[in-house]
Amino acid sequence: MKRALLPLVIFLVVAGFLFKGLYLDPREVPSPLVGKPAPQFNLSRLDNPEKKISPKEMLGKVWLFNAWASWCPACKDEHPLLVELSKTGFVPIIGLDYKDTNQDAQQWLDQAGNPYVANAVDADGRVGIDYGVYGVPETYVIDKNGMIAYKQIGPITMEALRDTIIPLVKKLQAQ
Amino acid sequence: MLKKITHLLAVCLLICSFNIVAQEARPMQDNAAVEVQVQRLASQLRCLVCQNQTLADSHAELAQDLVQEIREMAAKGMTDKEITDYLVARYGDFVRYSPPLKASTVLLWLGPFALLLAGGFGLFIQLRRRQRMAVDAPLTEEEARKVSELLNK
Amino acid sequence: MIPEIGHFSLILALLVALTLGTLPIIGAARGNAVWMGLARPLARTQFLLIGFAFLCLAYAFASMDYSVLYVASNSNSKLPIHFRIAAVWGGHEGSLLLWALILSVWTVAVSLFSKHLPDDMRARILGVMGLISVGFLLFMLMVSNPFERLIPAALDGRDLNPLLQDPGMIFHPPMLYMGYVGFSVAFAFAIAALIGGQLDAAWARWSRPWTTMAWVFLTLGILGGSNWAYYELGWGGWWFWDAVENASFMPWLVGTALIHSLAVTEKRGSFKAWTVLLAICAFSLSLLGTFLVRSGVLTSVHAFATDPRRGVFILAFLVVVIGGSLALFAWRAPTVGRGGKFSVVSRESFLLANNVLLAVAAISVMLGTLYPLFLDALNYGKISVGPPYFDSVFAPLMTPALFLMGIGPIASWKKATLPELAMRLRWAFGVSIATAIILPLLLGNLTPMIGLGLFLAFWIITTTVNMVHQRLRGHGQSLLVRIKAIPRAWWGMVIAHLGIAVFTIGVTVVKGFESETAVRMLPGDVAHLAGFDFTFVGVDEIQGPNYTANRGQIRVSKNGVERTVLETQKRLYTVTNMPMTEAGISPAIIHDLYASLGEPLSDGAWSVRLYHKPMVEWIWVGCALMAFGGLLALSDRRYRMKKRNKNSNDDELSEQEVVA
Repeated sequence: MKRALLPLVIFLVVAGFLFKGLYLDPREVPSPLVGKPAPQFNLSRLDNPEKKISPKEMLGKVWLFNAWASWCPACKDEHPLLVELSKTGFVPIIGLDYKDTNQDAQQWLDQAGNPYVANAVDADGRVGIDYGVYGVPETYVIDKNGMIAYKQIGPITMEALRDTIIPLVKKLQAQ
Repeated sequence: MLKKITHLLAVCLLICSFNIVAQEARPMQDNAAVEVQVQRLASQLRCLVCQNQTLADSHAELAQDLVQEIREMAAKGMTDKEITDYLVARYGDFVRYSPPLKASTVLLWLGPFALLLAGGFGLFIQLRRRQRMAVDAPLTEEEARKVSELLNK
Repeated sequence: MIPEIGHFSLILALLVALTLGTLPIIGAARGNAVWMGLARPLARTQFLLIGFAFLCLAYAFASMDYSVLYVASNSNSKLPIHFRIAAVWGGHEGSLLLWALILSVWTVAVSLFSKHLPDDMRARILGVMGLISVGFLLFMLMVSNPFERLIPAALDGRDLNPLLQDPGMIFHPPMLYMGYVGFSVAFAFAIAALIGGQLDAAWARWSRPWTTMAWVFLTLGILGGSNWAYYELGWGGWWFWDAVENASFMPWLVGTALIHSLAVTEKRGSFKAWTVLLAICAFSLSLLGTFLVRSGVLTSVHAFATDPRRGVFILAFLVVVIGGSLALFAWRAPTVGRGGKFSVVSRESFLLANNVLLAVAAISVMLGTLYPLFLDALNYGKISVGPPYFDSVFAPLMTPALFLMGIGPIASWKKATLPELAMRLRWAFGVSIATAIILPLLLGNLTPMIGLGLFLAFWIITTTVNMVHQRLRGHGQSLLVRIKAIPRAWWGMVIAHLGIAVFTIGVTVVKGFESETAVRMLPGDVAHLAGFDFTFVGVDEIQGPNYTANRGQIRVSKNGVERTVLETQKRLYTVTNMPMTEAGISPAIIHDLYASLGEPLSDGAWSVRLYHKPMVEWIWVGCALMAFGGLLALSDRRYRMKKRNKNSNDDELSEQEVVA
């Protein structure tokens, strides 16, 4: 092959990558915790601050862990879907109330419906950091052994629910 | 004599009452040694919600939270590597501005030097080859003369 | 009405550009003098049309026409007039119009100053530039129309990003674009030469001034950007290896290699293939930069708002232009022919090494910039490549290049001998090593990086001074006469090389010796840094045209003697509700003192960051020297002599035109 073709070949390879890059999101940060045990925590519950909640309580069940906040507009977008999902009883949803105040959080749930079996109050965001949360909303699918199977970054959409989350939960529940 | 001493004492007291010795500004963080480590780490780690900024330079809330975590870890005596690993375990390699050396980044880290060596080697070969060329200089000079004639028309 | 006229003007410009990009080139292939002759008037018409469109957009901004979507998105009634005009290029669509305008400026300049070129060559050059213009105009008209209406019109605009409300905005983008776009001239020359087969020393001689001019602009543009970031962003950083910064640096590196390579091709007829390839690559990297900033492929504070459609368009354009030119190169490279013979040790070989080093540096910067994208596209996860990587890779790559700067200029053409060179350089070598070790020790901190940086800088200075001294050795004439006798191009090289040395000193010293402190200050508090005392006077509230601010004043003194007062502001821009810090800087040759007001704290104190940046201004002085050296080289007599000939040719031509 002529040496003079080398620059052209290199360029076309780079152009191929650039094309692929147009359909990727450079700001999305995938979680390294997928396939690893869900980090432990022991936080007070939103509905009863005296009581604590921890992932250990959910062992043996497949569940969704949804990080949200009352000040987050995108969380409000996904909220109706969560409420619908909770009504079917298909999979329990535990909430992580991220950097919020109990009063605002409870007010929002009273107003818009409460899809959560329980809510863990993460006032300073530490548990969020442990889970690699960098924005809300984010949702984790956790299996019967307490391992994180999937992370949904951003609000849950109908497509994500239909194509990814529900099939995955079904598969994990059958295990 | 006593009058002089009293006078002196009065003057001293007067000056002391107008004491405007400047206050030393307190550092933002109390532990200076820990802070050096914190700043070093914060300037090498990425803010996850910004458009390409270090944790040190970012005003984003998550960035401030992470810097605070780093500060607490540093105060506990954790090393740079331990703190970095802690964050990488939660956010992945994306959070590091200095990519780790792994199989997937070998090309990145060694590429430039390999290229340099290849370039230098190629250069050397080319130079040797050129020296053995049969093209004569006089022809080039004649062409150059023709060119300057053309240009000066 | 005016925006519609502007829009129409762009459509007309597109038609003109299409004509410019086709008829003259076909004319050159067929020897059709009429078609070739169309190039110059078409170039001028294109400039007038795009210039008019630009004025229409500027008018929309000046008259606060918020029925134009672009104006509503980037301006505001409280925005002062000079920023309203700068806002014309503050967003994606307007900056494209600026690109197109500057391209038409360069095109018309080439059409005006090309009388000495053969007709077919000129036709091809202008034709190629016309084709590039077609791409940008088409892009604007199809997916990025600056004149798009907003119906119903907004009551007021969304304001220009506060970070851009700065004199830097008036200077930096136009300079940068003059550089990026200027390389299209060298590119067009290269393509024209490849098509026509006339790749010789004459071609190199004609290309050189255009390339140098573009390089000067790019240098000034990068200088402006770096200095602007320094005083604007509030933490004293001046280079972050951000994707967009790299997008301007890569063409600069290749452009530097190109101006050196052109010199060899002109003088010795060698490096022809290299020079052509570098010319293609320099402009290709400019276009790549355009893609990176506007496609959303990489994250950057500089990135414009993105849209995948735009990305696809630009990428297609890139494939056509870059792919096409590289394919042309691959096809015609064998016909380029070799130049003269030269030995393994000679000025040619040192310059060839320079080409290789700069090319490797540019490729490395590209590797680092695109690597996260490569891995993500291959599903190997997401990484970040930032300053730690670039700093550790770039310095070792540049070290041999900087070292060669001392040797190359004094080596003979064709054949030089190492022992002879070593002999001439031994004094410079010794002085450089000694200074590099002693100076940092005196200043209190010697590390390998500081030593290396200073060594290279002093090496360049001592070898250059030595060279000047040798050349100026007089035969009884006065110094001034002897200086004037040496061509300006040579002095340009001397000054530009010294500029690099000054730059290197600045970078080395500021990185090696800078210090900072973060303190909480109540009025009257004193902080200490680098032997200076910073007394916090207090904070008051002030009102700007479109912002409110807390203004802090800090008195700086040393040994009880007051030196200066630093004023720093924490601004809140009313329309966007965006906070911004204006740093207080006291620049000087030896150091900068830099203060940045932070947040108000609970006890009434303010958090303040103080920086001591020794010799940081040398960074930009060095860049300015480089640019000045380039300008000096451009003003060399041989380019002015050509002007005289051109004037006499002009008279002949005008007579003919009258007769015709």
